[in-house]
Amino acid sequence: MPAKASRAAFGEALLELGARDDRIVTLDADLSKSTMTVNFGKKFPGRAFNLGIAESNMVGVAAGLALTGRIPFACSFACFVVGRFETIRISVAYTNANVKLVGTHSGIAIGEDGYSQMGLEDIACIRSLPNIGIVQPADELETKQVIAHAVEHQGPLYLRLTRQNLEPVCPPDYRFQLGRWLVLRRGHDVTLIATGGPVFNCLEAAKLLESDGISAEVINAACIKPLDDETLVRSVGKTGRVVTVEDHSIAGGLGGAVAETLAEVLPMPVKRLGVQGFGESGDLKGLYAKHGLHPAGIAASVKKFLNR
Amino acid sequence: MAEARLEAIARECRVQILRMLAHAGSGHPGGSLSVIDILTTLYFGRLRHDAKRPDWPERDRVVLSKGHAVPALYSVLARAGYFPEGQLITLRKLGSPLQGHPDRTALPGIEAATGSLGQGLSISLGLALGLKLSGSPARVYCILGDGETQEGQVWEAAMSAPKLGRPDHPLDNLVVILDYNKIQLDNFVTKILDLEPVITKWQSFGWPVMEIDGHDIGQIVKALDQAEATRGAPTFVVAHTVKGKGVSFMENDPEWHGKAPKPTEAIAGIREILGISEGAWEDYLKTDSATRAIVDELLALGKK
Ligand SMILES: Cc1ncc(C[n+]2csc(CCOP(=O)(O)OP(=O)(O)O)c2C)c(N)n1
Ligand SMILES: [Mg+2]
Repeated sequence: MPAKASRAAFGEALLELGARDDRIVTLDADLSKSTMTVNFGKKFPGRAFNLGIAESNMVGVAAGLALTGRIPFACSFACFVVGRFETIRISVAYTNANVKLVGTHSGIAIGEDGYSQMGLEDIACIRSLPNIGIVQPADELETKQVIAHAVEHQGPLYLRLTRQNLEPVCPPDYRFQLGRWLVLRRGHDVTLIATGGPVFNCLEAAKLLESDGISAEVINAACIKPLDDETLVRSVGKTGRVVTVEDHSIAGGLGGAVAETLAEVLPMPVKRLGVQGFGESGDLKGLYAKHGLHPAGIAASVKKFLNR
Repeated sequence: MAEARLEAIARECRVQILRMLAHAGSGHPGGSLSVIDILTTLYFGRLRHDAKRPDWPERDRVVLSKGHAVPALYSVLARAGYFPEGQLITLRKLGSPLQGHPDRTALPGIEAATGSLGQGLSISLGLALGLKLSGSPARVYCILGDGETQEGQVWEAAMSAPKLGRPDHPLDNLVVILDYNKIQLDNFVTKILDLEPVITKWQSFGWPVMEIDGHDIGQIVKALDQAEATRGAPTFVVAHTVKGKGVSFMENDPEWHGKAPKPTEAIAGIREILGISEGAWEDYLKTDSATRAIVDELLALGKK
């Protein structure tokens, strides 16, 4: 499979699922060309609603639709959907409305547009809400399974997608399950837990580490809420060291979730890699290098963490 | 006379907009070209400001609420001397203060971080009220996109502004200009969520409303004069504009909302902006060394 953006895989999945299930509707806020629901709208014009640049209204309308049995996918850039936090908090989470919130253009990986368009705190925000799960697929295969799962899943979900292309990382026979992680590579010196685009970078980093005699286990944590406690404890119980890697603020994301869990069940040093401070404009490569999220940066942080 | 000077500056700024977007390889030409006559008139015909003292407390404030049009703002700020024009081609590059959307902490001259649509009017209300409270004569100009006014926060501010600060500090130091180019991101505004009737909507919220051609500098000046003479309320100016104005292949086409021109397209656009025919272009460039340099730089970029 060639590399593909998870937003593109999402758009394709919706087309297929929408043909089989007419409960599925899409809602957009003037970004349907970017969130990739645009083709769904062409194929099912009566089930696609572009509400204009009005994200709060979009989230609320989605909640109402969900209460009548529709399965609404409410889509915008991650920062703009989750930016309507208080509406999500009451109309979606507290109401327990079966809304699928979709945040595309997550992370500094969007590059040149700069901080105002980067979803960098979305995981932290949604993670604090009861009822809503958070899933971030790492490649095309996984995205399509996640979207199919989201349709079946009863209850609100936040799906975090990328603008940039993602290299395939999951094996062809992989089956996504909510609350389950996927060990992509076995190792015994350190556990690398990543989500989204950085999963591939961790696999590359693991190769670099191997040539330095460090054996890294790499886990794809597509499910950020709920965490896969079992896989987490099994892996870090073996390696004794954990490094989390995500294209999200260093505060409150996957790293925060892992650290909180381990602090209670298996205290150990945790190294969190992510975005420090605000994001900024730049090319993806340059930004990933600056924040140490590229393979060499991850490998260097791991070595430092292991005192090697 | 004064108008001809402003028109000439606006032309130069249009050239810089295409130049910097081509070098950046991404960004928003349509809404930058629709707003540039307004920004030019403000910065070179109206504002009390000083590029050497960007934090002068009595300066007039401009809040570009439709922050994605920031190339237009950078072009006037550079022309006004806030930073060297050579820096324009660092737009959107790692480490540049010329962020893809306005960053107040990165570049002197930027009054507010925008880029998340719908927030600039509320900040402008706060600025206008704060200036009034401290007895400052400074004025506040807020520029909204038409699609942007679909945001709910805009209407919270719209409802508030004519009443906020009254009776002692009415916000008659605030002018809001709507860049009514009839296009948003996905499509034409009427196809997504029509704003009409715009004028009566804002009037019914308590605003004096004027309607002008946002590319006619004489009309922009007159509207700003009238706003300045208005006491007791902020003013709303509906400026009818053309998205992509000045570049035929960008005009009125939603495709050019958020797509940078390739170097060859930028050069073709620059030629049109300057009003030179294809046949006369090479000869013209021999007479205009500044444009020659920009074109050469774009040609070099195209070879990269
Ligand atoms: C809150 C928010 N939602 C979505 C966007 C993405 N976006 C950027 S520009 C744009 C369209 C803006 O249209 P308009 O206000 O008419 O601007 P103009 O035509 O002047 O470019 C959209 C939806 C954003 N920047 N902020
Ligand atoms: Mg517009």
